Amino acid sequence: MKGSKFSRRGLLIGSGALAAGSAFSTRVMSAAPPASAVTPALIEAAKKEGKVVWYTSVDLKLSEQIGKAFEAKYPGVSCKVERTGAERVLQRITQEYSANVHAVDVVNSSDASLLVYWKEQGMLEPYVPEDVAKFYPPEHKDVDGTYASFRVFLCVIAYNTDLVKKEEAPKSFADLLDPKWKGKIVKAHPGYSGTIVTATYQVSRDLGWHFFEKLAQQNILQVQSAADPPKKLALGERAIQADGVEYLILQEKESGKPVEPVYATEGTPLIVGPNGLFKAAPNPNAARLFQSFSFSPECQQLCIDIGGLRSAHPQAKDKAGRTPLSQIKLMKDDPAAVLKTAEEIKARYVKIFHV
Amino acid sequence: MTAVASTAPIARRRFGFDVSKPVLLLFALVLCALIVMPVSWLLYYAFTDKAGVFTISNFNRLVSDAAYLDPLLTTFALATLSALICCAVAAPMGWLVARTDMPLRRTVRLLVTASFVTPPFLGAIAWELLAAPNSGLLNQLYRELTGAEQDVHLLNIYSFTGLVFVISCYTFPYVFVLVANALDRTPGDLEDASAILGGKAWDTARRITIPLALPAVLAGALVAFLQAMTLFGSPAILAMPAGFHTMTTKIWSLFQFPPKPELAAAASLPLLVLTVILLRAEHMVLGRRGYSVVGGKNSEPRIVRLGHYRWVMLAAAMIVLMCPVFLPYFALLNASFSKVASHLVWVNNFTLQNVHFVFYELSATQLALRNTFILGTLAATGGTILALVIAYVTARQAVAGHRILGFLATAPVAIPGIVLGVGLFFTYTRPPFVLYGTLWILLIAFVTLSMPAAYQQLQSAFRAVHPELEDASRILGATRLRSLWQITAPLLRTSVIATWCFIFVGVIRELSAAIMLFTSETKVLSVLIYDLNESGDLAAIAVLGLLMLVITFAIVALANSLRLGGSRRVDPTR
Repeated sequence: MKGSKFSRRGLLIGSGALAAGSAFSTRVMSAAPPASAVTPALIEAAKKEGKVVWYTSVDLKLSEQIGKAFEAKYPGVSCKVERTGAERVLQRITQEYSANVHAVDVVNSSDASLLVYWKEQGMLEPYVPEDVAKFYPPEHKDVDGTYASFRVFLCVIAYNTDLVKKEEAPKSFADLLDPKWKGKIVKAHPGYSGTIVTATYQVSRDLGWHFFEKLAQQNILQVQSAADPPKKLALGERAIQADGVEYLILQEKESGKPVEPVYATEGTPLIVGPNGLFKAAPNPNAARLFQSFSFSPECQQLCIDIGGLRSAHPQAKDKAGRTPLSQIKLMKDDPAAVLKTAEEIKARYVKIFHV
Repeated sequence: MTAVASTAPIARRRFGFDVSKPVLLLFALVLCALIVMPVSWLLYYAFTDKAGVFTISNFNRLVSDAAYLDPLLTTFALATLSALICCAVAAPMGWLVARTDMPLRRTVRLLVTASFVTPPFLGAIAWELLAAPNSGLLNQLYRELTGAEQDVHLLNIYSFTGLVFVISCYTFPYVFVLVANALDRTPGDLEDASAILGGKAWDTARRITIPLALPAVLAGALVAFLQAMTLFGSPAILAMPAGFHTMTTKIWSLFQFPPKPELAAAASLPLLVLTVILLRAEHMVLGRRGYSVVGGKNSEPRIVRLGHYRWVMLAAAMIVLMCPVFLPYFALLNASFSKVASHLVWVNNFTLQNVHFVFYELSATQLALRNTFILGTLAATGGTILALVIAYVTARQAVAGHRILGFLATAPVAIPGIVLGVGLFFTYTRPPFVLYGTLWILLIAFVTLSMPAAYQQLQSAFRAVHPELEDASRILGATRLRSLWQITAPLLRTSVIATWCFIFVGVIRELSAAIMLFTSETKVLSVLIYDLNESGDLAAIAVLGLLMLVITFAIVALANSLRLGGSRRVDPTR
């Protein structure tokens, strides 16, 4: 481990200096490879490898369903889902790569800055699926073709409708600080969840850290994954979630559970979860096939319909009854800034919340 | 647990070349590699800075930063309280089972065994289902009965007291077993004498039974303290939501990105040192017990007649056993088949969806099951063989330096699982031995962790077999290995099977070392459950947890049935 004293910030400074010299060329002449279609040869090669390993922070049930959809479309190639929080995905890949263990093919992270980090480390393989090249807007794909936005979603406040009346429900982050919610709030952790690192960055930038200092006085129930607060709400364990993924709130709500999202008046953190391919992938062809599949309208629609996610693919249609992104006031996402400040955010969070 | 005393010296004849020598040396080397290497790396990391230069700054940081000091103090308080509770509950229970005419004593012992083999992290998750302030089944029941408001709760498992309670639930069997066994073995004549001389029941208890049992209780308290101090699963599940860290969870968090291995190593050392000190203390306490029960002819333990109170006592014992066994198992069963884990299963919300999800959709299930079985079988087989050879060598004093072997085999007792995990991680992520990412590193961890108990068990088994049978075989010309194989092995069959099963069950429930060492390809059942807990997938955990318990009980039942069958065959040789 001596050789693996990472600092995301240090790395960025180094690569920043490098980028300053070559920024112009990278911007104008993208290093992205040409778009790759799914060819019979690719499918054949993937079948020979037999499986693809996807490290992801998408909630377990949905990620397994995506895996199953892939297996159904390409029989003979199984999809092994390794799900944990994005920051744990980072920890695992770091530990594994430091010991020369190359198990991961494709990675998905709700902390978009990690993809920037891995790319700068030279760990990602440039590969542009046809859909990404043709349809994805520029802000949702890497100029060098190493990753693109597999999923888009929000990190929302929400409440249990059995425990809280609609008119009494919080409307904003500021409302969460009302003493009446003391002991009734559940909240996820940025040391585990990429969604929460990203959201903590956006909220602390827009509202200031004193918001979290006051929130820490509310006697919150601290869980790990951003996928957990919606489940704790559905169980009735807590009345309010201070943060957590929107897509599970939508899933629970649409399956009849008493939960309701709140789009805060200050704005709601926007989370982008890109997919990327590793250069040292043990199953390179299956990885390409899976990457192409994951950006297809078919998979994106699945993510929307049963997953409650949103999509950057213009052909994917929003599901009726959900508030469209265009009608929600959003906080601005900024992976580069998260990359610079993630360590500081986590350390500060631990100081404030003591875990 | 630690006594590494040897039997009385027996005259041995050594002549000619004996193949057993190199074999024994090999085992000694293996043992060295298992224990000495990880601990050395741990020390190296703890005392060096990033450039590899000697420093004590890591320790300075530990004692000066509240983020590290608080967990240390919390852990100490937690372990002390748990040990006290365990003794207060387990000592009377041990006495009831060993020395009274309470009904269903065998059943009570069996149920204590059940709580003994229940993985503590599973118990913690089950208690979340029972006693989470709002959704916990017991709190719902309480509100139902009292008509209390929505937010009122009786129990809050996400608290320091909650954690102490859950840890005590799965630690008290250690004290129970020590006390019950000690009382089983203590002859009754001293108590008889007291009674004959006119001592009242209470006088006899106060002046004879309690002093006789006290060393076992104290030893139990120390073991309980160690268990509570080094546990990872329960604190990881309950302490984090409550907003505090223990030492083990802190060490684990130091591996989050960016990893701080040198701090993790330094934070591991207090646990290691404290464990060694406490084990020395336990050794002294247990040593004293040896004197107290020596003397007098072996008579049957004296049974105290409880009269009508025996049913009251049984009820009390059952109420205690509700906490580690009945209630948690019920909660897991309920969550497995309920649409919402916090709702009681009834016709309208019964579902097989959770079972289906675990077995048909969750792609990690098969892998984790396979890995657990492979590791369980290999660790149990390898560990038993290793322990067998070392126990033989020390019990028969077969080679010079056998004491060192005995010491090494017992040493892992002093290494908490998570500390060993950290040490192994350092050792096997670098050349020449890059084992991280393979099942081997987990195998090494499990064999090492199980070695002390396996060794103790087999050593006492060897001591029970008199060497004269082996001697006869060797006089007739058999080599040492042959006489071992043909004479000693059949006699030890039952102990060997028991040890094998003991290690297998231990592997199934191990989490603290596994959490440091697994990769996606080498995931085991315990780690899978831990992962699921972090994202709150309680229903899937319940199904997997029940599966884990079923496997465990099947193994325990197998051990028991084989042991009974085997003992008949062993008897005639006596």
